Amino acid sequence: MLTLTHYLILSAIVFSISLAGVFINRKNIIILLMCVELMLLAVNTNFIAFSYYLNDTAGQVFVFFILTVAAAEAAIGLAILVVLFRNKRTINVEDLDTLKG
Amino acid sequence: METILFYFFSAFMVLSALMVITVHNPVRAAFFLVLTFFASAVVWLLLEAEFLAVILIIVYVGAVMVLFLFVVMMLDINITELKAGFVKNLPLAIAVALVMFGTIYYVVGGDQFGIEHFATPDRHAADYSNIAELGKLLYTEYVFAFEIAAVILLVGIVAAISLTLRRRPNTRHQKIEDQIAVKSEDRLRVVEVAPHARKGER
Repeated sequence: MLTLTHYLILSAIVFSISLAGVFINRKNIIILLMCVELMLLAVNTNFIAFSYYLNDTAGQVFVFFILTVAAAEAAIGLAILVVLFRNKRTINVEDLDTLKG
Repeated sequence: METILFYFFSAFMVLSALMVITVHNPVRAAFFLVLTFFASAVVWLLLEAEFLAVILIIVYVGAVMVLFLFVVMMLDINITELKAGFVKNLPLAIAVALVMFGTIYYVVGGDQFGIEHFATPDRHAADYSNIAELGKLLYTEYVFAFEIAAVILLVGIVAAISLTLRRRPNTRHQKIEDQIAVKSEDRLRVVEVAPHARKGER
C-alpha cells in the first residue's frame, strides 16, 4: 500500500542526491544546471504527491508554473553559458573571477 | 501492482539521478537526466497527474534537455580539468546529502504523513479528465498567474536571443530604417538626354 510518505521520501532522496551533485561537480556549470533541474523535479514530485493525497488540483497548477519558470531559467542560463564560453573559452567556475568574488 | 511499479521506477529514478552527478561526460549526464525525467513521469502517472507527466516528457525531455545537449555539444570542454577535485569534495558532498536527507526524513518520515493522517484517495473513474480539471482551475482561478507565466516565457526568449546574438562588424546587414526612409528622388535620377540620330539614318 503506497502512502504519502513513500513519495515524500523518494523526492527527499532525489533532492539530497542533487545537493550532493552540486558539491561534487563544483567546477562544471553544465552539471550544476542539471542538478538544479533535478532539485526542481524533486520539489515538483512533492507538490504532485500532496495534490493527490489532499485531493486538491491546485498543487498541479503550481507544478505547471514551476515547469514554466524552470524552462525559462534553463534557456537563459544556457544562453549566459554560451556567451561566457565565447568570451573566456572556459566554463570552469574557478576561472570566473572577473568580479573578484 | 502499483507498489511494484512505484518501487521499480523509484529505483530507476534514484539510480539515474546518481549517474547524473557521477558520470564524467556531460553528454552522458544529460542522457541520464532524461532517464530520470522518464522515470519520474511514471511516478507522476501513479499520482494521477497525467497532463503534467506528458508535459514533463514533451517540454522537459523534448525541449529543455535537447537544449542542454546542444549546448554541451557546442562547447569544447576539457572534462578532466573540470573533474579535478571530484574525490576531494566527495566526503563533504556525502555528508551534506546525508544531513539534508536526515533533516527531511525527520519531518516527513515516521507517521506524520502516514496512512492514518493521509488516507489513500480512491482512484478516479475511467472518464475522469485530468486536463479538464487542471484547465478549469488554470483559466479561472489562476488566470492572472497564467498570463504572467506567458510573459516570463516571452522574457526568456528575448533574453536568450539578445544574449547570444552576435554582431559582426564586417557583415552586410539590411539597414531597415534607411530602407524605409528612402524617397524616390534618392534612387531615381531623371537625366535629360539630348535627342540625337542613330548612325545610318538620315
